[in-house]
Amino acid sequence: MSRLKILALLPLAAALSGCDYVVLAPAGDIAAQQRDLVIISTVLMLLIVLPVMALTVLFAWRYRQSNTAARYEPEWDHSTKLELVIWSAPLLIIVCLGALTWMGTHLLDPYRTLGRIHAERAVDQSKAPLEVDVVALDWKWLFIYPDYGIATVNELAAPVDRPINFRITASSVMNSFYIPALAGQIYAMPGMETKLHAVVNHAGTYKGFSANYSGAGFSGMHFNFQGLDDKGFDAWIASAKSAGGSLGRAEYLQLEKPSQNEPVRRWGSVDADLYRLILNMCVETGKMCQSEMMAIDAKGGNGHEGLNNTLPLAYDKYARRGTALGPEPSFVAGTCTPDAPQGRTTASITAPADTAPLLGAGLKRPSFTPLKSSSFFLGQRPKSDS
Amino acid sequence: MSPDLLKLIFGRLGLESLPLHEPIVVGTFVVVALGGAALLGGLTYFRLWGYLWREWFTTVDHKRIGIMYMILGIVMLLRGFADALMMRGQQMLAFGGSEGYLNAHHYDQVFTAHGVIMIFFVAMPLVTGLMNYVVPLQIGARDVSFPFLNNFSFWMTVGGAVLVMASLFIGEFARTGWLAYPPLSNIGYSPDVGVDYYIWALQVAGVGTTLSGINLICTIVKLRCPGMTMMKMPVFTWTSLCTNVLIVASFPVLTVVLALLSLDRYVGTNFFTNDFGGSPMMYVNLIWIWGHPEVYILVLPAFGIFSEVTSTFSGKRLFGYTSMVYATVVITILSYLVWLHHFFTMGSGASVNSFFGITTMIISIPTGAKMFNWLFTMYRGRIRYELPMMWTIAFMLTFVIGGMTGVLLAVPPADFVLHNSLFLIAHFHNVIIGGVVFGAFAGINYWFPKAFGFKLDPFWGKMSFWFWVTGFYLAFMPLYVLGLMGVTRRLRVFDDPSLQIWFVIAAIGAVFVFIGILSMLMQFAVSLLKREQLKDVTGDPWDARTLEWATSSPPPDYNFAFTPVVHDNDAWWDMKKRGYQRPLTGFKPIHMPSSTGTGIILAGLATAMGFGLIWYIWWLAAVSFIAMLAVGIGHTFNYHRDFDIPAEDVIRTEDARTKLLAGAK
Repeated sequence: MSRLKILALLPLAAALSGCDYVVLAPAGDIAAQQRDLVIISTVLMLLIVLPVMALTVLFAWRYRQSNTAARYEPEWDHSTKLELVIWSAPLLIIVCLGALTWMGTHLLDPYRTLGRIHAERAVDQSKAPLEVDVVALDWKWLFIYPDYGIATVNELAAPVDRPINFRITASSVMNSFYIPALAGQIYAMPGMETKLHAVVNHAGTYKGFSANYSGAGFSGMHFNFQGLDDKGFDAWIASAKSAGGSLGRAEYLQLEKPSQNEPVRRWGSVDADLYRLILNMCVETGKMCQSEMMAIDAKGGNGHEGLNNTLPLAYDKYARRGTALGPEPSFVAGTCTPDAPQGRTTASITAPADTAPLLGAGLKRPSFTPLKSSSFFLGQRPKSDS
Repeated sequence: MSPDLLKLIFGRLGLESLPLHEPIVVGTFVVVALGGAALLGGLTYFRLWGYLWREWFTTVDHKRIGIMYMILGIVMLLRGFADALMMRGQQMLAFGGSEGYLNAHHYDQVFTAHGVIMIFFVAMPLVTGLMNYVVPLQIGARDVSFPFLNNFSFWMTVGGAVLVMASLFIGEFARTGWLAYPPLSNIGYSPDVGVDYYIWALQVAGVGTTLSGINLICTIVKLRCPGMTMMKMPVFTWTSLCTNVLIVASFPVLTVVLALLSLDRYVGTNFFTNDFGGSPMMYVNLIWIWGHPEVYILVLPAFGIFSEVTSTFSGKRLFGYTSMVYATVVITILSYLVWLHHFFTMGSGASVNSFFGITTMIISIPTGAKMFNWLFTMYRGRIRYELPMMWTIAFMLTFVIGGMTGVLLAVPPADFVLHNSLFLIAHFHNVIIGGVVFGAFAGINYWFPKAFGFKLDPFWGKMSFWFWVTGFYLAFMPLYVLGLMGVTRRLRVFDDPSLQIWFVIAAIGAVFVFIGILSMLMQFAVSLLKREQLKDVTGDPWDARTLEWATSSPPPDYNFAFTPVVHDNDAWWDMKKRGYQRPLTGFKPIHMPSSTGTGIILAGLATAMGFGLIWYIWWLAAVSFIAMLAVGIGHTFNYHRDFDIPAEDVIRTEDARTKLLAGAK
């Protein structure tokens, strides 16, 4: 009988041994501390969950109808002592867990600069942290190394034991940037920046991916994260440099077009301003950056004149952006920037006009075109005050 | 015809909107069409239309409306579960370079539809149906406060379900996930009708849910029989009250957030767009302010059911009634203070995250107290293992696991590694299946004899029970494991072959659950055939404790010939103990509400308006909207809203019951 039982367990053991419980055995200090919290909290809760389950089974068996030997007290429905216990026992556990949560959440806040790189080692202050700018595109990851002037798609590398500061944004929809072996995830959202501080302690190749569904190509939106020793990392940078090519605004606008299962790509040089432009959603020439918009608004805005500062949108990422009953699609024109001085802003956006439907959508795009007269629903836009 | 004219008549609806290139959908359509034709043919052949219209569609009787809610929930369960099987199949197959059998366009609709249907059109109708049926009986009322509104609410829920089902064959459903986060759900990234189906299905059904919430609150507050103070209400009525308070306070938020999204999609406003000052995160914030209370809306009535069942089948008073009530109220309040835990990973600061993490954990204290109360109700009881009690024990053992993983996910640093992973999927299925679904099944098995006068067949019920329970564990324990391996949700294809075995186990689990569902349908069929053997004439087959068991099974239209007077929170138990004698004389005419077709007509027009707005068929939307106003105003001129059941009819009904009861002795 016991041999049979062992045999029955074999496939399970086989299944277990082949698996990589990356969340429970990560390679980075932040993820390791998060793992510790997972385990400590589970143990804390098991202190109350296991007795409850055991009591359920015990009472269910003991007080079954056929067991007439057990006591039966149909009117017994209150006991102040028991009530105290059943409210205070979970309360005690939650007090412990709450304290743990408060500390853990602050210590492991992704926005917090690292205090240590390993349980026994403090941060080496002589080495600057590695800066990486992350952009979630449809459906691939762009990594820009501002200090090295290189960029890659779907490949990320970092030296072991050197803190990494990620700045994260997205081009179009929400994604979540997650390398389980390195650290917990954080969302990548268009027009917004999130941050993540992490460090990898063991060399190796780990999986990274988007942990928030972002459309048809979502399943293929993963990359390899390589933890390398210092020499290996320098070699990796050098090989990226030698890949040549340059990622500028025009190349980026080509790159951000939806595509699936992208192979690794590298650029030897990258427009130093590109990440800022992506974050502020003004890679297209002539479009006003969000930071400028906010600066103008902070000073009281452009008044009525500001309303006219829009231009019709001739280009759209996948499909029509205009709505059935709304005004024609438009964008806020930049007022005066070094590369779009006054006068050039009225030019239509120079990005490639591609109105092809969403990739992988499977259906033809709707044959409907929006009503052209915006006045019909929203009224005419004021032309000018003068 | 000119394209302009076609566009005017059909909006963006065209032949290409029919998914003729999707063989799976075409196959489904053929089966559904044949089945539907057979059903309609059968109804016509047996001349049942008039009967259905008079006795069911236009009824304002809370009991029949409750039963129709349950039927809706079970029918939609089949659709939602078909989606689940397809997902499990796809994820089991799509390994080692295989694309599986579903393309992204289809698969992404399937997981969105699964979530939307299971929450809005399965769990909600099952819960609402049970509340509708049981609450008025438990408080000794003859109907709900607003019987016509009740009928209208039900048909609005059906209208929403019809729109979701229509999206299967006409156009497509949303490919955004069940909460349709923008920017993905905005017009720029989802230009087709999918998200519009989502919006209008939920808006139409949401009206029904909100109104039904108002109705039940009013019923519980105003229509309790003499003697039933708040602290003498049965626990199920208490949990129903709290659930409906949650509905009324949270569903308007859903309505508003979807209205803002539809403004973005229809008239080009910028509430949730990336540019022009829009903020997609505001949508996430708002929808979870509805979404978190929603899970308590579902689970609180289930807690109520378990309380009734445990006490009845242990033959014992509920332990700690007062603390049970306070626990429910505390959960109701706290459920509004935790919504941010759904997006710890969106970059709120550590203090904000800790606050919401800790408030979430605090909810586990009253929930834990409830668990102990059920436990000590069983303690020194005489537990009869009928089906409702079996579901309750399964719930108690399963729910604590789901609760534990839930508290774990409430620790923000733990959530950073488990958010959106299959661990999360396993967690919420663990609480929704282990809590809400098991609760609904306990409730169905418990109250079925009340509704139909015969018990459900125990053999097929036990089959269903064991397949469901083992199937649940087989299907979802592997997902916990996969989550710890860092596997995220909504993936369509996988690279790592070592994961496949877990998906195979999960798929086997899903098949087990499927057998469980079939066994349940079999249980209904067999019970119907064996109804003479399973018959209960006493009206109280379980030796139960609350008022609904004081009347006959099924109860007469008027529920109680005389409004009962209550002295104890186990009112019927108390009456039995004191040697209560059913009054045999002195019956008077009973004032009751009349049936009306207005509800179904209004809901039909609302559904047509939704369809018109989805497809940009503006004339249809305008015409149905005006017609809705006209019918609504017209209904205010309907003066035939009530009637009296003559005393002779009451005497006849009650005498028949007297004879039955005498025969049973």
